[in-house]
Amino acid sequence: MFKILKYSFYDLMRSSWSYVYFLFYLGLGSVLLFLNNDVSKAVITLMNIIVVLTPLIGTIFGVMYYYNSREFTELLLAQPLKRSTIFIGQYLGVAISLSLSLVIGLGIPFLAYGLLQSSEIFNFLSLIIVGAFLTFIFVALAFNIALSNENKIKGFGYAILMWLFLAVIYDGLFLISLVMLQEYPLDKFSLIATMFNPIDLSRILILLKLDISALLGYTGAVFQKFFGTNFGMVISFSVLSLWVVFPILRILFKSKRKDF
Amino acid sequence: MIEIKNLYKKFGKVEVLKGLDLTINPNTSEGGIFAVLGPNGSGKTTLIKSILGMVIPNNGEIEIQGKSVLKKHQYRNNINYLPQIANFPSNLSVNELIKMVKNLRPKPAADQEFIDLFRLEPFLDKKLGNLSGGTKQKVNILLTFMFDSELIILDEPTTGLDPISLLNLKKIIVAEKEKGKMILITSHIMSFVEEMADEIVFLLDGKIYFKGTLAAIKEQTKQTDLEHAIAAILTKENV
Amino acid sequence: MLKKTLPLLLLLLIISNSYAQSIEVCATCDVNSLTDAIAKSKPHDKITIKKGTYLESNILIDKPLQIIGEGNPIIDGEKKGYVLIVKSDSVSVTGLVIKNPGKSYTKDYAAVYISQSNHFTFENNTLESVFFGFLIEKSHHGKIVKNHVSSQAIDQSASGNGIHLWNCSNMLIDGNKAHNLRDGIYLEFTKETKVTNNQSYDNMRYGLHFMFSNNNEYHNNTFTNNGAGVAVMFSKFIKMTGNTFTKNWGTASYGLLLKEIYDAEIENNTFEENTIGINVEGSTRINYIKNNFISNGWSVKIAGACYANIFKENNFLNNSFDISYNSNMNDNKFDSNYWSSYTGYDLDKNGIGDIPYRPVKLFSYIVNKTPETIILLRSLFVDIINFSEKVSPVFTPDELVDSSPLMTPIK
Repeated sequence: MFKILKYSFYDLMRSSWSYVYFLFYLGLGSVLLFLNNDVSKAVITLMNIIVVLTPLIGTIFGVMYYYNSREFTELLLAQPLKRSTIFIGQYLGVAISLSLSLVIGLGIPFLAYGLLQSSEIFNFLSLIIVGAFLTFIFVALAFNIALSNENKIKGFGYAILMWLFLAVIYDGLFLISLVMLQEYPLDKFSLIATMFNPIDLSRILILLKLDISALLGYTGAVFQKFFGTNFGMVISFSVLSLWVVFPILRILFKSKRKDF
Repeated sequence: MIEIKNLYKKFGKVEVLKGLDLTINPNTSEGGIFAVLGPNGSGKTTLIKSILGMVIPNNGEIEIQGKSVLKKHQYRNNINYLPQIANFPSNLSVNELIKMVKNLRPKPAADQEFIDLFRLEPFLDKKLGNLSGGTKQKVNILLTFMFDSELIILDEPTTGLDPISLLNLKKIIVAEKEKGKMILITSHIMSFVEEMADEIVFLLDGKIYFKGTLAAIKEQTKQTDLEHAIAAILTKENV
Repeated sequence: MLKKTLPLLLLLLIISNSYAQSIEVCATCDVNSLTDAIAKSKPHDKITIKKGTYLESNILIDKPLQIIGEGNPIIDGEKKGYVLIVKSDSVSVTGLVIKNPGKSYTKDYAAVYISQSNHFTFENNTLESVFFGFLIEKSHHGKIVKNHVSSQAIDQSASGNGIHLWNCSNMLIDGNKAHNLRDGIYLEFTKETKVTNNQSYDNMRYGLHFMFSNNNEYHNNTFTNNGAGVAVMFSKFIKMTGNTFTKNWGTASYGLLLKEIYDAEIENNTFEENTIGINVEGSTRINYIKNNFISNGWSVKIAGACYANIFKENNFLNNSFDISYNSNMNDNKFDSNYWSSYTGYDLDKNGIGDIPYRPVKLFSYIVNKTPETIILLRSLFVDIINFSEKVSPVFTPDELVDSSPLMTPIK
């Protein structure tokens, strides 16, 4: 698996898209920090961007990589390798190279700015961790979609739709249902609804750092317990991990049964 | 020796293989080169890919050297496969690709021999994405033949080759046959098949329609060349 | 007549002072209790209490006395009613540790109870395990300076206030610490009083609480982690400057609550990490100038009829919500503030953004209606609806804008 991972990773690390992605974060981090001179504000702006952008890039890269390497995959399939080795290797190659672009791209400007001396370091770290999580989740989801759709155009369309749904539409429906059902106690419902969308879940994890003052303003006991203690952090990270594990399991399941 | 029993495969609603039985045994046959022929959609590629484990049959059994290969992967160490379309990770160089494939198979490889034969030396450090189709096919052939394996499967091997390389390819195939290898070829170029193949396996409608020597198929259809023999089979079936 | 008698009076005063005796109290002295010492003293005597623990309660000081503790002597009321009761002018008490007044649901027992007394001074005392700390009624011109008042309040009804003033005027509350009480400092019907340099923290209810108290000032105090920060209610002409309000977290918790307040000045204060920075209800003619609002849930939440308030030159830094309104009426003015979430530009480089800033977001309106929606804070969908509301306001006050938002924070 590590051999496949290594070659997928090398392949991606040399593609110009990885550089563009890396340079984008490098530029973004530098502009936010050195033009604003406000780490807190930079972290908030980055959060807005990361929560939306890493899923999008993860999805597009995942689908693109899968379809573009189809013939290569067939070459690998003719080698004495397990299918799980091939697909998990490729998946990890994509997910790790994208995560590295994110971590290094943002890490350089923040370190140069003197993050280590700043109290924002934990906010920054949770931002990076959440970004990496989202990358792993959405590359896995993209692989799932690509594995289930032979047709490139269709697969690409579904992948973009999935992103659009989770990034925007889900929250829209969520908000509407909360407003419509406002006579009922909603705190459990809203927390559970959050768990079903990895983007919302990641957002909550960052909110726990950035907006805890506002979150504690709400009366519900369930909210209080979730946001006021480490409970929320632990639950969110566990569910986020499940969001990585389940799509990977499905990749394994699907790839074992797929014809090439 | 390959033994296939009662192989079924459906893609969606289309049943491609319908209880196919096939035994290929170079020791009892006259030669080592078997051409798998058949009209479009007859299941040639599906059959080959089933042997390779790339297509997973709905039912049936495939044995190589007496051992079942379904859901296994180690046996592929003993199969060389030339895919139809050669497309490699565009950001790797030729050298890296060769290294990688060697890395994946724990057995000796004669890569230098083929680099010289196909004059690939100047391309070794080029990225695969920048190579022409013909050069890619040469790399493809190199990757297939550099290992010493008992079974060699070639899917449309002539695609995109210049005449010199085609000659080289034929030489290689003959040389491998001489070494006692079993070779499976699919091709649409009948002249190539006629020149190379010892036995024909003709697939029709998901089953083996004919299996035997070139002479036998010509005799059975009372035709003088393979192309007409095949055409005769197909028109007879359609009537 | 006056010219002749004045020197005579002065002379008398000096003589009487020179006759003022000094009484010492210690466990092995002739006088071994404060009660005894007071009984034996004459007005203007000085009583020195040596180190030790004195189990006394309901000690009545009914004449002008100077009481000095040396080596932090402890007066322990053993939970029997009041500890010190002051009913005379010109009493001064320093250096005592006063603890364990009684607890009661009907009487406001206090470590120090001062009634109808003027010109008193309490300095450098420590009041521990109190029900009420200082309970001061109908008294004027007193000083409560550098005392440390604390208790172990667990629930509001069974606890009292640290420094409690009722019907007082011209008092100075300076440099005290008050914590783990119900209210740290409480003022009711009290006027012309200054509350300065105090630290009030970890209290059940408010760090500082004004009711019906006009013309007061409080400066440079720190209020941290109280149930609900500082409450100023039903009062006029209050000046609040240089105070710090931090970490007042929780449901309906805020740095500062203004309720039915008129003509107040709020300047140079810092509100940091509170659920609500300032909660304003029915308050009019208040100037908010040069305050810092940093990382609060809501910087300012405005409810009810608030008219002619002015927000000028404040810094709003990284708050979840800047301003929240519960109606779409507005009669308040926002001018020349710095908003960290402002995304406009300054083409003419005059330091003022070229497009106005709308501090009230649609989402804050939604959260007011359906609090659970807070969970969607900062989601892309919310950004989109905020943007559309910004373009054409429907639910939020149309004219509520800062037309000259600053490009850099005010130092």
